[in-house]
Amino acid sequence: MKSTRLLKIVAALLILALPLWLRNEYMLHIAISIGIYIMLALSLNTIVGYAGQFALGHAAFYGIGSYVTALLLLNTDLSFWLVLPIAGLVTGLFGFILGSPVIRLRGDYLGIVTLGFGEIIRLIFVNWVDVTRGPMGLPGIRSPELFGYTFTSSADFYYLVLVLVAITVLVIYRVVHSGMGLSLLTVREDEVVAESIGIRPTKYKLIAFTMGALFAGVAGAFYATYISFISPDSFLYTDSVMILAMVVLGGMASVTGSILGAIVLVVTPELLRFASDYRMMLVGLAIVLMMVFKPQGFWGESRRKRNFYGKELADKPQKSAAAVSDSNSAT
Amino acid sequence: MLSQQIINGITIGAIYALIALGYTMVYGILKIVNFAHGDIFMMGTFFGLFILKYFNAPFFLAFILSALFTALLGMVVERLAYRPLRFTDRIVPLISAMGVSIFLVNLAQLVWGTETHPFPKVFPIKTYTFNGMTISSIQILILVLSVILMIGLHLFVTKTRIGTAMRATSMSITNAKLMGINTNFIIAITFAVGSALAAAAGILVGIYYDAVYPTMGYTAGLKAFTAAVLGGIGNIPGAMAGGLLLGITENLGAAYISSQYRDAIAFIILIVVLMVKPTGIFGKKEINKV
Repeated sequence: MKSTRLLKIVAALLILALPLWLRNEYMLHIAISIGIYIMLALSLNTIVGYAGQFALGHAAFYGIGSYVTALLLLNTDLSFWLVLPIAGLVTGLFGFILGSPVIRLRGDYLGIVTLGFGEIIRLIFVNWVDVTRGPMGLPGIRSPELFGYTFTSSADFYYLVLVLVAITVLVIYRVVHSGMGLSLLTVREDEVVAESIGIRPTKYKLIAFTMGALFAGVAGAFYATYISFISPDSFLYTDSVMILAMVVLGGMASVTGSILGAIVLVVTPELLRFASDYRMMLVGLAIVLMMVFKPQGFWGESRRKRNFYGKELADKPQKSAAAVSDSNSAT
Repeated sequence: MLSQQIINGITIGAIYALIALGYTMVYGILKIVNFAHGDIFMMGTFFGLFILKYFNAPFFLAFILSALFTALLGMVVERLAYRPLRFTDRIVPLISAMGVSIFLVNLAQLVWGTETHPFPKVFPIKTYTFNGMTISSIQILILVLSVILMIGLHLFVTKTRIGTAMRATSMSITNAKLMGINTNFIIAITFAVGSALAAAAGILVGIYYDAVYPTMGYTAGLKAFTAAVLGGIGNIPGAMAGGLLLGITENLGAAYISSQYRDAIAFIILIVVLMVKPTGIFGKKEINKV
């Protein structure tokens, strides 16, 4: 126990001191990107991993958070520290409003509807030129200020994203390891069973949806102030896909998994820069290979070995090939 | 005006339907959404362009050859990216499909560049006007070819031994195996047929819009998937009807509501249909068993 605690302290110190030994702007930018994607992957994981709802439009929530922040910072004098929670809450509200009519849809149908929402939101960013300036984007977004100090360097933003990631991890970890998290898992495993023991599936799915949207909005708010220029091109379907890939690759319903997935999928394209033109091709190939050889993700749920009361769980029987195809034929 | 919009809608709808068939056939058997299908459609278009441009092949030969190459590509994708994942969680093949999609788009950019290519003028463009409506020879070609292909597919699925095996496999893989059907072969054939239809659609799109580019599979794939869901995914006549319905409503919406939100209209229709009838217009009702 003692050595793992020491390891944790050393790791924490290393992460805190990162800007000191990474004196390279490019490296810090990657570290900050990892932070943003950890928030996005974790927020999507509450929807996909824990509530089992297949959502394909996460970039839309990320975009809404960014645009709300950008518009508030450009058009009002509000401080960033006020705008940040507003952006989160507005995005959460969007998640609630968009989620409530469609949350009863199942599986792939929910997937295509959320994908459709993502596209509609992006088309609004592109076409509502009076407010969003369309494809030209919104430049010159203010940097945050704290007691007269303006955030300018990459190191400043690194610490800001670190704090936001810590809050996101803490809140989501607490929620998914609470009674509510177990209710979410019950809904995911079997809605009929959940209903029979008094868990309302729609309520819990909607909670997960709203919470996921809220934290994606917070990530978007940070992105807007960090990059200081946003345009509809930053919130494409491919971004939704990448975030989903991080969740699945890291391992569904796992906080550590989402963090690992975000790190791997942000770092891999950077490591492959030497391959120049072949880079994105190799990224695609890498995703296929990782799925083929590690379909349950790096840190999948098989690690969940204890139940809510700390009792050891029996190993789940592996789904056999026959069982899977039979469940196919039943639907 | 109205009838003109409907004709244009049917033309593009027929193309959506051809692509949608690939989604729906694969879903019918494997219950997975082949998210790389849009990019297979894009590769098919490029194969057609390449054969026509560099080998000066006659149109129908190029049409058949690119369908064959694309069918082969579909089978390779199935073998490498889906078959190893057949018994995993349903979201896993989806991510793998997205990896394939990224791979194919970037492969196309590497080989053919990121620019938009014009399609070779293989077909004389004539327009016919009657009662104030115009219809071009290309639209007639699209309609005739897609009707032929759809009838051909219908006959293939209902009348041939392989088609019967396909329907058996889509009912239950286990039972199909017990009947002595080589289900792996049937699944490969399903991918091949779907991809060949996508290549056909791709060449028709190339002729119709005269623009071929590596990211063209994205919107087309999305619309076709919408069409498949509209008609009830897994249902072959449903995909045809869904494609036509989507093409017509989208054209009417673009003409009478807002052309900027053309794509949004398609998705709003989809959302409304799914909320009223969650399994699509022709979909079977799923029963929730305990």
